Amino acid sequence: MQDKSLKIGIFIIGLFVVMAIFAPIISPYDPSAIDQDGLLMPPSFKHFLGTDTLGRDLFSRIVFGSRISLGIGLVAVGIATLVGLMLGATAGFYGRRVDTVIMRFVDIMLCFPTFYLILAVAAILGPSVFNIMIIVGLTSWMGVARLVRGEILSLKEREFIQAERSIGASNLRIIVRHLIPNAIGPVLVSATLGIGGAILLESGLSFLGLGVQPPTPSWGNILIESKSTLGVAWWITIFPGFAILITILGFNLISEGLKKKMGN
Amino acid sequence: MIKFIMRRLFGLVPMLFGITLISFMVIKLAPGKPVMLQYSLNPKISLEEIKRLEKIEGFDKPLYAQYLNWLSNISRFNFGRSIADGRFVTQKIAERLPVTLTINILSLFLIFLIALPWGIRSALRQGSLFDKISTLVTFLLFAAPTFWLALLLMQLFCIQLGWLPISGITSLDFEHLNLWQKFLDLGRHLFLPVLVSALAGFAGICRYMRSNMIEALRQPYIYTARAKGLPENRIIYKHALRNALLPIITILGLSLPGLLGGSIIFESIFAIPGIGRLFYEAAMMRDMNLIMAEIVLVAVLTMLGNLIADVLYAYVDPRIRYKK
Repeated sequence: MQDKSLKIGIFIIGLFVVMAIFAPIISPYDPSAIDQDGLLMPPSFKHFLGTDTLGRDLFSRIVFGSRISLGIGLVAVGIATLVGLMLGATAGFYGRRVDTVIMRFVDIMLCFPTFYLILAVAAILGPSVFNIMIIVGLTSWMGVARLVRGEILSLKEREFIQAERSIGASNLRIIVRHLIPNAIGPVLVSATLGIGGAILLESGLSFLGLGVQPPTPSWGNILIESKSTLGVAWWITIFPGFAILITILGFNLISEGLKKKMGN
Repeated sequence: MIKFIMRRLFGLVPMLFGITLISFMVIKLAPGKPVMLQYSLNPKISLEEIKRLEKIEGFDKPLYAQYLNWLSNISRFNFGRSIADGRFVTQKIAERLPVTLTINILSLFLIFLIALPWGIRSALRQGSLFDKISTLVTFLLFAAPTFWLALLLMQLFCIQLGWLPISGITSLDFEHLNLWQKFLDLGRHLFLPVLVSALAGFAGICRYMRSNMIEALRQPYIYTARAKGLPENRIIYKHALRNALLPIITILGLSLPGLLGGSIIFESIFAIPGIGRLFYEAAMMRDMNLIMAEIVLVAVLTMLGNLIADVLYAYVDPRIRYKK
């Protein structure tokens, strides 16, 4: 079971990564090409997944949307992991006052329902792909920080760290060269899970109109149309949501697989 | 116990301070002049007018003075007025809060009612067909975007089957219904929102309950109980279950931000007049006072939720009280 989940996850995400990289080759149409004669066409041989209210090819839009979703997921989690690593390592290593201040900050940040914070900042700074990456990243580092702190607290008393200290290694060297590499396992597990979470946040934000702005296709903003076409064009609701579901499932499976692999 | 509660209450002071500081900073992130931002939707406003408004709202003062001023205002529950209709934001929020709280409490109730027995059963029959299917279901639910589930359920129940109303919380003729019909009408409107909100939290709690139960069954005191020759039922439901249920209390507090955050999405899909939808409208209009008030409110609600969970946990598990 454990091996399978990692393999299936990697397969799914690999598929989407290939889709994102080769989007212009894979998609049969220009994702923003409007076709007046083909509005709301159901799936057919011509339009694999049908067309939307402007006659744009849904399959092409979903393929191009994978670039946005995966990109935002990866960059946002990259930011979150970096911030979480730095703050968590600092708190765990220096302890005392520094630890108290940083962990209090984490506690306070955890009080804010992420979506409220994200929506407010997106509304104020204006929605753009770049802003969303930053906002999602800066509001989801707290879990990583807690994790890293815990790992480092237990690692820093170990013998190899004391050995390193006795030969006069600097604090920075101990943290960067020895503590963080040894604590990275659980961070990797939570980061893969976090990518799914970030994609979910982005799609929700775009669905509300405060994320990726049309005509740039993202899985979330394709779904905006599904509210008005409910009962008329099922394909607009089903397929983009399915893409989100499968992608997040893929990341969750990888995370689960990694966790089990490290446990052994 | 009282000592423990006092210590926790005292700890809230820096938390509250931090919450207000972060909320304030979020708003001040805005590039350019805050007045410009607020009135950017009004093209007729002149530069003099902007200067005058800036003076009134105190935007010409340094940041720390603005923050202290705002802090002293909100400590008296004065969050200012909404730019949408000029009413006090506290009043607007107070009108909408009951709906959101009702839906969230109902869905929390539903989650625990189904997820706990489900998780326990899964744990007791680890590896069985039931466990495998439930693992699959929870994995899928965990990955599904809530708003997509909402759209699918709407499609099914409101359009294809026509059983449930599509939006709002009351029908047009609500005023003319008798009490029983009113209750039924509300129920029909709230069914989907509560279900969707519950589905979002269900998977996590179900998995959590399962792993807690499995963990509890592995503890040494279970071996002792078995060795004593206690009946299996008693071992499971008295010794293991009690200990497995403890951490769930913490989850209750931790699931609050998710529920409140989710309110924004499903309230706008189902057109429910709660604080989530109010916040969405405020964000779209850049109604700063309303945005700030709501962010502070939901953060404080979450903080209080965590406090209650902590106190409850300490109440049922005395070990916690004496730590630290």
